[in-house]
Amino acid sequence: MAPRSRGATGPAAERELLTAGDVARTVARMAHQVIEKTAIGSADPPVLLGIPTRGAPLAARLAERITEFSDVEIPCGSIDITLYRDDLRHRPPRPLERTQLPDTGVDGRIVVLVDDVLFSGRTVRAALDALREVGRPKAVQLAVLVDRGHRELPIRADYVGKNVPTSRHEEVAVLLAEVDDRDAVLLRAAGERGRR
Amino acid sequence: MKHLLATEGLDAATATQVLDTADGLKRTLLGREVRKLPTLRGRTVITVFYENSTRTRVSFELAGKWMSADVVNVSAGGSSVGKGESLRDTALTLSAAGADCVIIRHPASGAAHRLADWLEGTSTSVINAGDGMHEHPTQALLDAATLRERLGSLDGRRVAIVGDVLHSRVARSNVHLLTALGVEVVIVAPPTLLPAGIDAWPVTVSHELDAELPSVDAVMMLRVQAERMHGGFFPSAREYSISYGLSEGRAALLPDHAVVLHPGPMLRGMEIASSVADAPSAAITEQVRNGVHVRMAVLYHLLAGEEARE
Repeated sequence: MAPRSRGATGPAAERELLTAGDVARTVARMAHQVIEKTAIGSADPPVLLGIPTRGAPLAARLAERITEFSDVEIPCGSIDITLYRDDLRHRPPRPLERTQLPDTGVDGRIVVLVDDVLFSGRTVRAALDALREVGRPKAVQLAVLVDRGHRELPIRADYVGKNVPTSRHEEVAVLLAEVDDRDAVLLRAAGERGRR
Repeated sequence: MKHLLATEGLDAATATQVLDTADGLKRTLLGREVRKLPTLRGRTVITVFYENSTRTRVSFELAGKWMSADVVNVSAGGSSVGKGESLRDTALTLSAAGADCVIIRHPASGAAHRLADWLEGTSTSVINAGDGMHEHPTQALLDAATLRERLGSLDGRRVAIVGDVLHSRVARSNVHLLTALGVEVVIVAPPTLLPAGIDAWPVTVSHELDAELPSVDAVMMLRVQAERMHGGFFPSAREYSISYGLSEGRAALLPDHAVVLHPGPMLRGMEIASSVADAPSAAITEQVRNGVHVRMAVLYHLLAGEEARE
């Protein structure tokens, strides 16, 4: 598990960037943007794939909202990137997460990758590699709840919940009720931790 | 984890982690056209087999290749071993040549441990693919994976291991691993095929197969290892088969959900009837299939991370 999400009670140097209500509103806004950009209603609906851990429940929430606003059923799943990471050699082996592809598959569809925080962009690169192994989407888009900057690869998100300028020494923690005990986005002062 | 030499001493948490990874890998590769993961790209795995093997060697080779490692196979026949090179020199040579992992099968018990000792101070990992009558840890892991898949859980289950326990590294590895995972193990064998010191094993011992079958969740039939037998361990093959073979009639004593395992190679008609080996309750081909995923998981846990390799 990424250290940036350890527990809800942090040290004193911690700021709440988004409250539970903010998270809900942000996801709803992103849902509207996905509907608009992927022309839901007139074309094949996009396939939402969350990147575990927290991208997966986030994708499910986003799909639920889109269905609520557009009345279109959205195929939703998760894609594990552990085996495609570029830092495997520098870390102890991690347990695998779940890959669950919707029955529709991804061939010829628009795939929206969903993650909680966009940072270096390396996770997304790994996800693109993992995705290539399971099919050939018509297009791939990226939705993130928080973009904290410091990209190390030429990757940008199509849908951003909130842009947060951060220092590399800070840590952005997204808490989701499905995994943690509540919804919130926190900014913490931390050392070199939280890099991913 | 740097080496995998034995299941004795392997704790339940680590074993479960490997089984979970194997499970994940199996799910990941299921239904894929291209069974290739980039995970171990640039890693070199060398198998050294001083004993015959089909499934274990092939399974390790596929496991390495499916994870993009470079796999080199050395067989004792075609190598400098035939010129009289010692195991130690062979090991140091392979390590110096750049092996990240050496997978060894050897007729001498303890060979893998010796190898690991000699490679102390290098970054080369050692996997025991069967050493004499000692251990065969990946076989036990794949058996556990197969049982867990078929039965849903292992804790509190009862498994009978039947036959030539004396010569069986598979039995030894399974006893340690399964008991660590909460399985109750019953050993069923003629007294001549029980190892000395079996009293110290965490198992119950029985000589009556028929009495045990109705109460087990799985039965593991062992091959009678004629190549390691140089004396009269039982009167005749026929008599062994009658007392300890899993015949069709005997298999009917098993509960409906029970699983039949055999590590292979099977001697049909000796320790297991052909019809039993091919029945739906037999998980023998699943064992082979799971073997690749389990070995991928082991390679992943040994080779993927640098930090974990002290």
